[in-house]
Formats: sequence, structure tokens, C-alpha cells
Amino acid sequence: MSDTIETINNQINDTDINADDNVQQYLTFMMEEEEYGVDILSVQEIRGWEEVTVIPNAPAFVKGVINLRGTIVPLIDLRARFSLATKPYTALTVVVVIKVEFELDNKIMGIVVDAVSDVYSIDDASISQAPSSGDNANHRYIKGLVNVEGQMVSLLNLTKLLNLEIS
Amino acid sequence: MSIDLSQFYQVFFEESFEGLDIMESELLSLSPGEVDSETINTIFRAAHSIKGGGGTFGFNVVTEFTHGVETLLDQIRDGQRELTQYHIDLLLQSVDCLRDLLTALQDEQEVDEANTQDVQQKIEAVLNDEEPGTATAPANEAAPSAPPEIEPDKKETNEEELGYGFFDESYEQDEDAPQGEVRTTKFWEISFIPEPHLFKTGNEPLFIFRELADLAELSVTADTSKLLPLKEHVIDDCMLSWKLTLTGDVTEEQINEVFEWVEDDAEIKLELIAEFEDEDTEVNEEDKPVEAAAAQKSESTLTPSPTTEADAPKTVQTAQAKTSDVPSSPPAKATPAKASSGGKAKKPKESKSSESTSIRVGIDKVDSLINIVGELVITQAMLSQVGEGEFDEHKQLTLQEGLAQLAHNTRDLQESVMRIRMLPISFVFSRFPRVVRDTANKLGKKVELKLIGEQTELDKTVMEKISDPMVHLVRNSLDHGLETPEERAAVGKGETGTVILNAFHQGGNIVIEIKDDGKGLNTEKIKSKAIENGLISQSDDLTDDEIHLLIFQPGFSTADQVSDISGRGVGMDVVRRNIESLNGSIEVMSEANKGSTFTIRLPLTLAILDGQLVKVSTNTYIIPLISIIESLQVDLSQVNKVGGGLEVLRLRDEYIPIIKLYKLFHHDGAVEKLEDGLLVIVEADNEKVGLLVDDLLGQQQVVIKSLEANYGKVPGISGATILGDGRVSLIVDIAGLIQLARLKKPGHQGLDFERPVDEAV
Repeated sequence: MSDTIETINNQINDTDINADDNVQQYLTFMMEEEEYGVDILSVQEIRGWEEVTVIPNAPAFVKGVINLRGTIVPLIDLRARFSLATKPYTALTVVVVIKVEFELDNKIMGIVVDAVSDVYSIDDASISQAPSSGDNANHRYIKGLVNVEGQMVSLLNLTKLLNLEIS
Repeated sequence: MSIDLSQFYQVFFEESFEGLDIMESELLSLSPGEVDSETINTIFRAAHSIKGGGGTFGFNVVTEFTHGVETLLDQIRDGQRELTQYHIDLLLQSVDCLRDLLTALQDEQEVDEANTQDVQQKIEAVLNDEEPGTATAPANEAAPSAPPEIEPDKKETNEEELGYGFFDESYEQDEDAPQGEVRTTKFWEISFIPEPHLFKTGNEPLFIFRELADLAELSVTADTSKLLPLKEHVIDDCMLSWKLTLTGDVTEEQINEVFEWVEDDAEIKLELIAEFEDEDTEVNEEDKPVEAAAAQKSESTLTPSPTTEADAPKTVQTAQAKTSDVPSSPPAKATPAKASSGGKAKKPKESKSSESTSIRVGIDKVDSLINIVGELVITQAMLSQVGEGEFDEHKQLTLQEGLAQLAHNTRDLQESVMRIRMLPISFVFSRFPRVVRDTANKLGKKVELKLIGEQTELDKTVMEKISDPMVHLVRNSLDHGLETPEERAAVGKGETGTVILNAFHQGGNIVIEIKDDGKGLNTEKIKSKAIENGLISQSDDLTDDEIHLLIFQPGFSTADQVSDISGRGVGMDVVRRNIESLNGSIEVMSEANKGSTFTIRLPLTLAILDGQLVKVSTNTYIIPLISIIESLQVDLSQVNKVGGGLEVLRLRDEYIPIIKLYKLFHHDGAVEKLEDGLLVIVEADNEKVGLLVDDLLGQQQVVIKSLEANYGKVPGISGATILGDGRVSLIVDIAGLIQLARLKKPGHQGLDFERPVDEAV
């Protein structure tokens, strides 16, 4: 487990080398058998799950805050955010620490996912719009869909996903 | 070789603002008729360095403006002009004006030209002996179509030349220049005898000469007579002196400007040998004789060669006074032209540095920091020695000792670092003499301001945020509190009222008192107003103190008339909110006809607080120690239930509502029964509540971290901190907590500040 994290952390650090204008790298992770991707440039690091400090009266998907080298960082449970059934945290549970750019300032937040999966290079052109279906409120958090080796990956719109004020 | 001056802008602005503060406070200590040369000199020096800096950095607007101020000051200093109240007022206005000007430059904003020019013209008028109500009228009669500022403007033209001579920004000025402008060729003889230490001041005559050569044709003769024989010669000393002749259309001010930086380190004599009109200059027919006369006369007038630059305008003015009628069209044109160039000057390619703030720290603070770091290094060395080799009992003792020392060093270091952020409150207090003076003048009241405890130190951030509420309170005291001289006399008080600002430390807090000896709060009036507004009901039996608290309610004002100083009904609630946002509190004490005292209590610093750790279920919360009155185990016989399930504890004649933290924060597994937990009695805004917690854990200083930076504002929580084990703990915000619980106190203590007006009886 810690090996996986280290490998991926190394990959994150290497991304700058093969940066291309149209090709971006995405870090993907698994949730409920589905694969989700986030722009790797916004990923700061990946950590294991640790105890959090609960914030009183916070929405259910806000698990609490952790101390990230002196900065107070909130953790968002992605399952809860997507209204999926919650799953007990295990040794594979991973926190992806993400820097999100909002209009006014940047925030650092962590998202709790089941497990990290892979890093893909994805050409902008191959990203297709996510079909909007009436019963899926999560649609607004999806930036687009892409097919990687026959597997569908949903790319996340982090700004919308982590904007806690709108929700 | 060009240096990017913009990197020094910030320093210039800071120094200039400091200079302005000095000018302001010194001006306030002046009284008409008495010229304290020390004071005037201080003001003059401050103005002079602002002008110099403005020149160096190309802020010509500043240089130009300050020049007039400086001239006026110089005339007062030399006793040529008697200091009047009008002068003081005008100089104070200039300080404001300069401050606006510099702020605008700093923020790269538009300069308020109208105001600047207005003040500038007033100063010019004074310099030309056209003080309002005196010389202005005859001047107007003489030239009815002309604005009264004819002559000053004529002089401004000179200043422009001198201002822009240095910085190439607007020689285009000349295109706009009035047609009637006369170009003259002047022969200047300059004797420049530097003090031997000239080189040590970083000045180099060669550069000065080059500067002059740029202005006009220059010839230089060096006087080597004082040179010592080579063996005795000290290479750092300047034993040379020079005679220079300058031929061209150069004004005395332009020359003086060049010598500005060396004028204290050298003897400079300037003599106008001759002056001719240029043939190719367009001159109005009617002007010609006048100017010619001036030219002829100028020799006799000017030859007594003024040695200081500041004398120049006066001399020029004398010359002009004799020529009396200068055409009115040139100034009219010159003014807008100047305005546009002023606009240009304010947009330098400056880096956006205005947001970064800096602190000037006393060297003693830095020294103490260095000392502590030194000790820390020693401790570190000691501890690393312990780590070497075998470990034995003796080493364990050394280790313990070392760790104790380390703890001590760390605490010292923390305190010292915090102390760097601490500045004496005089930074805030110093603006009040001005505020009081202006407000008192406006209100026609006589006020004496006393400042006590100016050296009391306070965190810079707190200081910045407290000054506005304080201004508001002081103005309120002047407007509402103090009576007019007549009223005071009628009740047997001295005509002059007193306002006292007092700052002192008390516990971990700083206390600021704003005290006046006025008529005090009008309890009856506040009460009837509050009933009118529905804040309280007729039947509420409130004590005077409780009534006084009502003035902090939003929209509450007892002023009969809305003045421009206070009484619009915005204010005290904002004051209170601002102070609370600093985790502070405000109280008022008032006695009829004796006066009122507003007491502000603030934490010394925003970054660190003393906290009480408490346990609620598995969570650890921190309650600021400042707010805690006591902690106790509940005696159930003292607890009553009031309608709505609210539990109230009777504690020594007080009824204290109980907030169950676990309920408010929705935590499971906490102690739910009052008798099983502990009650922490806390106070905020004069409201006491008891917080039910599972247990008390300990007290410690905590460093406040922002929860808002990455998350957001949480009701009832003011921030977070990191405990020794690396876990995050949240800091409870008492005032927010009370608000969250939306408490309603029983009985007459039912001052429910959160209750909307329409719900009230």
C-alpha cells in the first residue's frame, strides 16, 4: 500500500517532464467499481487515511480536518459527495490532497477515495461530454468522459466538486 | 547605467508617511505667534526629505507640492512671516493633501488634483501675501479678469521647469507653455566650496557639474589653493573648491535643486551677474516694457544673492511685485497643463507592492532574538553531545537538563518573535490630537486630549484594526459626551472638556479606555428610544448599566440631530462587531454630568492564545482562557429548567444559562448529564453562559491557525490549532456559540441581542 503511494507520488513529481499542450495527465482512482480522474497538476500528494478532527455541524461529506505540515486541510469523502453508499475506511483508503483554484483564492483540500488506480496521459480531443441524465445530480461534478483501454474514466471538475459553498 | 528605482518606492512611501505623521504631530503642538524653532525645524526636515525623495523617484507632483510648503515653513523659521492659525491649518491641510497624494501614487490611483491644486494655490497665495481677507481683494481689483493666483502661477511655471528638469517626463510642457512666457539668458556665477568631508557623504562634484551642464552652458574653474602637499593629503578629504559660471535660461531654483543634496555639506553662493531677454521669444507687446523693467531691476534686487534655495521664491516674488502686472492668460493656461503632467507622473511602472506591509522593529528586539538563537545553538550542541557514545545515568541527567533548557529557549524565542510584531500603541494614539482638534473645531467645543500609556505594546494586526473603532469612539465622546463651553460653564465645569485615552496591560489583555468628562449617557433618552425601537419593553426593569449597553444595538442613535460627525445610527454596533472580531470586548460606564468611559479589552496578539483544553466525547476543544470565569461541578439543586427546556444555573445571585456543547455540536458519546460533566462558566459581551463539557484536559498556549483558509467559517468556532501530538483541535468562539444557541435569558435579564425587532414585545 505504502509502495503504491510512493510510486504514484514519484509519478506526480515526474509529470512536468512530459507535459504537452494538448495532452494532460490524469490521476485516476476507484470508487464503487468506477474510475475517476483528476488533473494531476492539481494533485499535491497522496496520503493514507488518518484520524481527522470532526468539524461540528459540517455537511456529511466533510469528514473533518487534518494537520498537513501546519496547515489545516479539510477532507471530503467523495462517496458521500456523490451520495454513494459509505464504505468503512481500510488500509487501502487513500486521501488525495488537491490544490483547487477558486476565483478568490486557492484552497487545499483532501478527497477520500477507495483506492488510487493509475496515471494516464489523455489528449484533450478524446474527452467527450458527459451525457446529462435527469436522475444524476452528480453530473455537474463531471468535466468529461474518456475511454482508456476500454475502460471509461470520468474526469472530475474539481472547482465544482470542492466548492462547498454552492452545495 | 540605470537603476530600477521602483524597488525603493516602498521605502520612500513608508518614510514619507512617517514624515507626514511627524509633521502632523509637530504642527499640532504649534500655537500661533510662538515659533518654537526646534519644532519648525523638525517639520521642515520632514517636509524636506519628502520633497527630496519625491524628486529622486520622479514623483514631481509631490516635489512641486512640498516645495511651497517648505518655502512657507522656511519663512516662518526665519521669522520673515509670523505664524498664524491660518498657516497651521493650511499646513495641516497640506499634510492631508500629501498623504492623499502619496497614497494615490502608492496604489497607482488617480490623484485628486482639484484638492491638491486648491491647497497648493492657497499656499502660493500666502507666499504672495495674499492671505484670505487681506491682500486678495485689491489684487482682484487690479486685474478683474484674472484669478487671484496670477503670481503664484507665474512662479509655478518656474517650479515646473525645475521639477521636470530632473526627469525628462514632460519637457513637452513647453509646448503647452503660454505664449507670453519670456525666455531669458542669465549669467550665473556659482561658488561651490565643499566641506572636506563631502566625499564621505557619498556626493561627487563631477555629477553635480554634469547636471548643471545639462541645464545650460557651464564653465568650471577649480581652486586648488587649499590642496595639501601630496604627503599630507588625506585622500578622502575634499580640499578643492570651484567657481562655476552658467549661461542660459536657468532659474535660481533649478540650480539650487542640483545642489540640494550637498547644501548642508558645502558653502554655495549663487550670484546673478546679468540677465538678457532672448530675442527669439514671443512676448506680448504690452509685456515687454514690464519684463524689461524687471530685467533691469533684477540685478539690484537679486544680486544680494540669497544663499539658500528657500529664499528664492521670496526674492522672485519681490521682483514680480515690482513688475506688478503680469498678463493673466499664461497662468490660466499653465494650470491645466500642470494638472495633466501631474496625472502622467502618477503612473510610474511601479510594481504592485502596496499590499505588502512591513514593520520597523527596534534593534533591541532583534538583538534579543539573536541572543536567544545563540543560546539555542548552545543547547543544541549540548544535546548533540549527549547523543554521542554510550548512554549512562550521568548522560540522562544532562539530557534532562538540556531538554529543560531547550523548552526554556523555545519559549523565549516564541515570545521574542511575537514581540517583533508588537508596536507601541502610540502609533494609533498619535492620530488623535488631529482628530480631536478638527472635530472640536467643527463642533465649537474646547477639548483637551490626554494620552496615557502610549508605550503600551500591541500586536500590529490588532492595532490596525482597532484604530477605526477608536476614532469613532473619540468622535462620539466629543460629539455626544462633551458639552459646549457655555453648557459646561452653566453646570459649573471648566470650559475646556477633557478626553483621556489610556492604554495599559491587564492580565493577558490590553485595555484601552476612552474617557470624557462630559455629560454622560442620557439614560432616560436611551431607554425611551429603545422602547420606541422595540428593543425593550416598557415593563422591562433595566439597570442603568444595562440601558447603557443598548447603545451598541444596530441602528441605535440618541443624537437629536444627525451631524456629519456622528448620529447616523451606524457606528456603535459596528464598533462592537469590529472589536469582537478581534476577540475583544467593549464596555461602557457612564455617570450623569461626570462623563463616560468606554473600555476596550483586547487580546495582546491574534496569533497565540492561552487556551483551556476540554473534552467533549472524543473531541478536544480549546476555550480561550480569557473568556473563562470559572469551572465547576454542578450542584443539581441549583439548576432550574425554564420554558423551552433551557437549563439555568443559579450561581451566586446570577442565573446562568447552560449550553451543552455535545448537543450544539452534535457529538455522540459525550457526557450528557450535568452532574457527570463539568461546567465551564464563560463570558462574552457581558453575557455569561455555562458550557457543559466531559472533562478539563489542561491549559496551554496555542498557535491559532485559520480554518477559513481552506475550509470556511464554522459557527461557534473561531479557528484551529495543532496540539502536541499533531492533531488538530478547534478553538471555541464564545460569542459565536451564544449566537448559535440563540439563547433567551429569562426575566428582566432578557436582553436578547439576537432577537429580531419585530418579534419583540
